[in-house]
Formats: sequence, C-alpha cells, structure tokens
Amino acid sequence: MTLAPETTLDRPAPASAGTATITATRVELLAGGHWHAVCDAADLTPGRGVAVLLPDGRQAAVFLDRAGAVYAIGNQDPFTGAYVLSRGLIGRTGRDGRPFVASPLLKQRFDLATGQCLDDASVAVPAYTARRG
Amino acid sequence: MAPEQTTRRNGVTGSNGANGTSAAAAAVGTPGTARPTIVLVGHGMVGQRFLEALAERGLTERARVAVFCEEPRAAYDRVQLTSYFSGRTPEDLALGEPEFMEKHGIELHLGDPVVAVDREARTITSRAGRTLRYDTLVLATGSYPFVPPVPGKDAEGCFVYRTIEDLLAIEEYAKNSRTGAVVGGGLLGLEAAGALRGLGLETHVVEFAPRLMPVQVDEGGGAALRRTVEDMGVEVHTGVGTQEITTGGNGSVTGMALSDGSALAADLVVFSAGIRPRDQLARDCGLAVGERGGITVDASCRTSDQAVYAIGECALAADGKVYGLVAPGYEMAETAAAAIAGAEAAFTGADTSTKLKLLGVDVASFGDAHGTTEGCLDVVYSDSRSGVYKKLVVGSDGALLGGVLVGDADAYGMLRPLTGSVPPVPPEQLVLPAGAGAPVALGPSSLPDEAVICSCHNVTKGSIRGAVTEHSCTTVPEVKKCTKAGTGCGSCVKVLTTLVNDELEAQGVSVDKGLCGCFAHTRAELYEIVRVRRLTSYAQVLDEHGREEARGGDGCEICKPTVASVIASLAPSIGADGYVLDGEQAALQDTNDHFLANIQRNGSYSVVPRIPGGEITPEKLIVIGEVARDFGLYTKITGGQRIDLFGASVDQLPQIWARLVDAGFESGHAYGKALRTVKSCVGQTWCRYGVQDSVRMAIELELRYRGLRSPHKLKSAVSGCARECAEARGKDFGVIATSNGWNLYVGGNGGADPRHADLLAQDLSDAELVRLIDRFLMFYIRTADRLERTSVWLERIEGGLDHVRDVVVHDSLGICGELERLMADHVAGYRDEWGATLEDPERLRRFVSFVNAPGTPDPSVRFVPERDQVKPDLGILAGPVLPVRTLEGSSAR
Repeated sequence: MTLAPETTLDRPAPASAGTATITATRVELLAGGHWHAVCDAADLTPGRGVAVLLPDGRQAAVFLDRAGAVYAIGNQDPFTGAYVLSRGLIGRTGRDGRPFVASPLLKQRFDLATGQCLDDASVAVPAYTARRG
Repeated sequence: MAPEQTTRRNGVTGSNGANGTSAAAAAVGTPGTARPTIVLVGHGMVGQRFLEALAERGLTERARVAVFCEEPRAAYDRVQLTSYFSGRTPEDLALGEPEFMEKHGIELHLGDPVVAVDREARTITSRAGRTLRYDTLVLATGSYPFVPPVPGKDAEGCFVYRTIEDLLAIEEYAKNSRTGAVVGGGLLGLEAAGALRGLGLETHVVEFAPRLMPVQVDEGGGAALRRTVEDMGVEVHTGVGTQEITTGGNGSVTGMALSDGSALAADLVVFSAGIRPRDQLARDCGLAVGERGGITVDASCRTSDQAVYAIGECALAADGKVYGLVAPGYEMAETAAAAIAGAEAAFTGADTSTKLKLLGVDVASFGDAHGTTEGCLDVVYSDSRSGVYKKLVVGSDGALLGGVLVGDADAYGMLRPLTGSVPPVPPEQLVLPAGAGAPVALGPSSLPDEAVICSCHNVTKGSIRGAVTEHSCTTVPEVKKCTKAGTGCGSCVKVLTTLVNDELEAQGVSVDKGLCGCFAHTRAELYEIVRVRRLTSYAQVLDEHGREEARGGDGCEICKPTVASVIASLAPSIGADGYVLDGEQAALQDTNDHFLANIQRNGSYSVVPRIPGGEITPEKLIVIGEVARDFGLYTKITGGQRIDLFGASVDQLPQIWARLVDAGFESGHAYGKALRTVKSCVGQTWCRYGVQDSVRMAIELELRYRGLRSPHKLKSAVSGCARECAEARGKDFGVIATSNGWNLYVGGNGGADPRHADLLAQDLSDAELVRLIDRFLMFYIRTADRLERTSVWLERIEGGLDHVRDVVVHDSLGICGELERLMADHVAGYRDEWGATLEDPERLRRFVSFVNAPGTPDPSVRFVPERDQVKPDLGILAGPVLPVRTLEGSSAR
C-alpha cells in the first residue's frame, strides 16, 4: 500500500526547532521540482543506505559516504525488479573514484551520482540531487 | 524444448522437391519463410555437440532444427556414466545448458527414434508416427554394445552397460545379488567392473585376450593394471572366453561356463565386449556402409547421399576407421556443421590417445602405443611394487612415437604433445620417477608451438600463447574461454596453467593477486596484518594497508565484508567486539549480515533458527509452526536439517525473533559466511547399525563452532556408522563413526562442483576429534582466500592435503597451540546475535522499511498463494526485468 496522495512527508520543521544546528542535520532530496526532507543525517550510517518513501509513492535509496556526502538514487534494482538498492554496500571505483552501491541481490554496481550501472552501460536507475540542508 | 513445437505435425508433400527450399518451407508449414529443415537422428554427446556447432554458426536461426532421440532423456555425459554410482544423479550428467534447446528454437523429440528414412521424398518417420521433411539429415545414432552370441545371453540378470537406463536396471537388480561378472576387460568393461564394485558386489572380469585393455596397453601395462585391479578386490580372468551363461530353475543367471572348462558363479552378468556402429537405419534406406559396419562418409562427413551426413560412432570415417572416442566424434560434429554451413572443413582421422582413471588407476595410451612402426624401440620403466608401468616407443631417429602409462600418468600431458618430435632430453629420463637419475629439465616451455596441448579441442601451444599475447588473457579461465583448451577431459589443465603463467611472466605481466581495487594484499595476508597488529577498524586497515589511491576512501563491496569477517573471526583475540552490527562494523556487512537474515529475490528475508544436529523437541517445532502461521511465512525444510521461514519484511524480523528467542532459539547464521549446520543421522541410540552417538557429537560440534566467521560458509555432518546417512563426506568437515571412535574427513563439498572429503585422521577419541577440527578450521580461516570453500582451498594450497595434515596433525609449523587458543577464545566469546540485537533499542532501529515512514511496510513486498502457502508476487515488481548477468568472481576491478 502506498501512502495516500494527500500525505506529505515534506513536513515543515516545527517552529521551536528552527535553529541552525537542527536544520543542518536534515537530508533533503530534489524530486518533482521540490526539495523533500527525507530524514535526519543522524539516521544515516556512513557507508550504508536507507530507503525513503517519496510523496508520489516512489522509493529512493539515500546514502552517506565516509567523507559526509549524501547521495540518492532510485531504490529499485533494475536487474531483479526488487526495491533493495538501499541495502547494498557502497564503495568507490579504484581508477576514477566514482562512488557506487553494489546491489545486494546480484551485485551489479550503480554510480551514486548519476545512477548509471557500472557493469552494463545500457542500464541506469534514477538519480536524485541530495543535500544536507 | 518448446512444447508447442514438439507437437506440431507436418504433412508430407507428394512431390519430391529435392532441390527447392521453398518446397521444404511448405513442408515445414511456416508460411512466409523459406527456412530449410535440418533433422538430427540421435541426441547423444556427439549429437549435442553438433547442435551447439549449428548454433555457433547461426544455423539454428536460419534453419528449422528437429532432433529425434531414442532415449527418454536428453544428451548426457556418457563418459562419466560410472560417476552415477559415486553419488551423481542423472541430472548431474546432463550436457549443455538446460535452456539451450528453447533458446535456439530446437525441437527435441525424446523417446521417439526415427524408424525409417525415405531418401527419395526426403522424409523421416518416427516410431510415434511423426513424419517430417528434411533438407539435411544428420545421423548420430551412435553404437550398440556387442553381446557375444552365447547361449543364455538373454537370461534374467544379463545386462549391457551403455545408457543411464542400463545403469538403473543394474542398480535395481544388484540389490538382490551378491556376485557380478563383467564379460570384457577393455575400457568399458573395467568401467562396468568399477560400477559393480561400487554397488557392493563381489566382482569378476572375464577377458578373452591375454591381458586387460588389450587395445590400449601392452603386456607389461596389462600386468601392472591387473595387479592393481586385483588389489582392489576385482577378480580378473584373462585368456578365457565365455561359452555359456548358466541359468537356474527360474530362468535367471547363476553364472557362466568358461572356455577353459571352469565355471564362475554370478548372480548378475554385464556384457561389455565392445561396441558396434548403429547403422541399421542407414542400411535400410540404402546408404553405403562399410564391410564391417559403419556408415561410409567422406572427409566432410557426408554419406553416399549428398543430403545426409553421419557423425560419431555410427560413421565409418574417410580414413576407414570407426571412432569410439568422444573427441573424434566432436570433431566430426563440427566438421558436419561447417559443411552444412557451406564452410570448408575436413575430418580425416583423429588422435586416439586416451588418459583415464579406471577403478582409481591412471591409464594412458598415446600414439603408436603398441610399437608397430618399423624399426622402433621401447624404453620401459616398470615397478610392480607400486603398480607403475611406463613404456615409450621411440623411432630409429629418436622421435617419440607413442607410449603406455599405467599407475602414474602424470607425464601424459607433456608426452602426448611431444609425439612425433625428438624430445629435448633422452627418453629414459621421461619415464623415470621424479628424483631418480638425472633431474629432468623438461617443462611445457620445451614444447614446440605446434604441439597440441588440448587434444579434445585440438588447441596448440601456439594458440595458448596467442591467447595471452594477442587476446590479452591474463588468467587460466580466460584462456580456457578464449581457446576452449582444457574444457574437454581436463587432462591438460596442469600443463595449460604452467604455459599461461610462463607466458604472462615472459610478457612482464605481474599477476595482481590483490583482494580488490582497494587492497594489494590477499585475504590471508590481511588476516595476518589484522592478527599481528590487532587492528579492529576497517578504516585503519584501509588507510594504513590499502593501495595508495584507496586510502582514506570508502573501500568497496569486496573488501569491506572480507575485512569485517577477518575482524569478526579474530574478535575475542584482538580485543574487538564480536557483535557484527555495532559501530563501524555495521557499514561493512553484506545485507544478509546487516539484517541477520537472508535476502530473497523480492527483497524479503528468510529466517533460520539454529537446530543443533537437527534435533528438535515437539514444543519447539510447534513454536516454529505458530510463528510461521502468525506472520504468514512460507516454510521449507532445508538440506541442513533445519527449517527456513521465508517472506519476512525487515520490519517483521525483530518481532519474529522476539518470539523465537523467547522459545529458546538462537540465530542459525544462515546469513553469514560462518558455520551453518552440523547434520547428523540418528546414530547408535536408535539405529540398529549405529556404532557411536552421532547426534550428541553433532550437537557438541555445532554448539562449539556456532557463530564462527570464516572465508566462506562452513557445513558439517556426523554419521553414526560407515553407511554414512548424514552425507558427511560432502561437507567441509565430516565425521564418520567407527567402532573405535571417529574418522575425520575434510574438504568435501556439494553444490555445482561436488567433491568428496578426504580422510584427515582416523579412530579419534572425542577430545582428539575436537582438537583436530579446532586446528583445521583455524588454519583454513587463516590461509584461505575470500569466498574460498575448504574444497578449493585444499586443492589450491601448496602440498594439498598432506601439507594440511602435517600442519594440523603433526604441528609441522609449530602453530597448533595458537590455533587452539584462537578457537578457545571464539568459543568463550560467543554470544547469540539475535538475542543481543533484541536487547538493544539502538540496534533495532535499522529494522524499518522506510526511514521516513517507520511502520509503513514496503508495498513492493507482496505475496500470492501457491500450494497452500505463499510465494513472492513478482508481478508487482513492475517494469521490464533485465537479463541478468551474474557478477560473481568479478573481484578484479
């Protein structure tokens, strides 16, 4: 069951919590022309991902790397159809240092910045712009 | 096989239509296309190779291909038939990928042989009454076993040894038999004798010739072979013929009367006295056949009718020989496919060199094995004490002409390619055992480029070198793929490996043995680094020991779980937290370890509670049943004697485990590269055959090694007697009870590449057994590569089993004390991971489907009913699913 259309996940921060320190830990994601706050940075473990549900029912996988950068791509693994990319391990390619996640099912790697599959040039998943804001 | 195609019937056109593809197309009944029809009669090994050759040449696209097969099953590896008795199933013997037929649109009619060919009308008729027009007909009908015309040959209990069905019949009949006799002491006869022995029968071999394997080996070789075969308990009778099969009152076999006047009692007789080409179909339709049988073909494998080919054992080749070996058959299959495709190809004869293992004895014969060349001389080495016999035939000019090797055929890979040339060292040095006389400086490097290394696929040394120099292959598997060398019988792989490594070295290619793009070290080296430096953090290992360019980075999906596993294996000894989900460790684990469950194809997980030794109380069984029912999980009994519960979402895992832990269950580590299960049979307590309490020992071992992280999963089993019902020899470490204690076997494996475990030590007490397993496991964990099972490790490490035995039994490295200490630390430090997870709210936080909508289940994980349970609803994982390439083993990035 998807979320009801009127349900918004893009809740404005409570007035009492509108301080710089708190807003700085929020992770936001650009989808459908809007920034959506999807989680707190504290919800993320460096080197791992989490799945988030977007207002339109789409699923995104959000990752934090060792240097503190956040990335977001579609959560669906195009090779199996399963929504699992958030559960893969991330790493960097040796030669050009591209950040990637390896699907936990059949281990194909996807570039976290572009969504491009690194093991099959004809395959890509959606990539979202993400920021800590 | 496409069912809708196999049922399609074709009308026969009245006209002859001999030279019109359009007429043929009309007969095929596919309007709008002009595809010619190729009909293959016979689906054996050669038939299958022919189909593959057609596919490689694109002919399966351009032509309709129909196959008629007499046997009820598709092509299988007849050469490996005997391995059926060492535990392989008929399915294991199947040839080619299962999807091959469907993928190439080939129609396969099983159990429906062609019974008539009308060459005038170009049609065939099958036993089931199917009639089909052909443009090209290929006969691959193989051969039939020759049964000498002796009285009683058709009595109940008489068999031939040719097909899986023959084997099944022998197996069934052997259940009520005690003694078996094989008529024929050739290659197939000895195979059959091995099979009868494997079935537990007292076995006799009767050979008319004065020695065993008269075609392949000479008198000396036959004598060596005979001694070894008799040592194995097979009784050999040579120089005698079978005059009559004697029968009892009920008409079944009681034995045989031999030509020397003696009698031999036997309950079961297998005829294995040679094979004859199956050419009846060809004779019936008027094709030319040889005087002594075999369908006459020319160099392109074409018969006397230009539209009909014959390949394999049914064909009389252009050189006037009928070949009963698979390699020449394959070559004919490729020749015929090439000719049909309009390409240039010729089969003018083949090398009949063979190397095989019969009843555990290596036997090889190559070139002019019997020394029939004029003026040739023999060089013979014979050691009857160890059953080794080697003979080389050398020409008057010093060229190696051929030879026979019995008992030790290691040199075959080197000698066969040298045939026809003058060896670089005196021939006597080639037959002496290593260490005797002058050191033999003969390696593959001394072979000429035109020497054939792989005779199955006719690959020369030059082509193998070319694969490295021109096609940039850098590993043996790559060279195998590129050249096909070593993919047939495999006898050349050792020489191939040396050649590839020599060539790489010559090219200045240093083979990078590093774990991945982040580490130049192997897993074993990283283990030493972590152990000696007591490093407990992956980041520190990466930053201080990674490749320059990887330091300070994120690592990768290869090295993170590997280092995590090493740290976990050593945790109690290096002062790390053994719990795999805390702190930095959490980011290193594959998803299965991360959620302490096994991910399934739709993203749901399966749960396996530990059931030590497979022993479980009714109360606990009921709890598992109730949990599965309450959470709607699919349940299945595993091969490791436990119960797998499928279809849990990440949100459900803690709730499910709360119930299981409450009932006294622990994590089964089915998700980890760790000890899985120790299977057991019921043992002495209940079983009338049992000699030890196998269940108690299995439980003890499982509880001792539970949670032990290792380079790959570990499986074990304990059998309570030599009947081995627990299948311990298929395990990484297996224990079989004896009346004096326990035998320990190591390095066994099931799976895609099954291997029987090797005996490490016997008649051990409980304490001795546990101590040896402690040492063995810790030595494996210390030295194995990432994802290297004990079976592969045992064959890879220098010195193999003997070395491992030296280290863990005789303590040749002086490390056994330390290995035992490491295991003691592990045992003392064990905690149940699920119990520990449930106690800690922080650890439980990760078990949500969506971090921004906790409590919302993943809508893509849904199920549909099947056989009263559920299965994943893959339909809702919408969108085209891409063809999948697995990336296993692609660590060299």
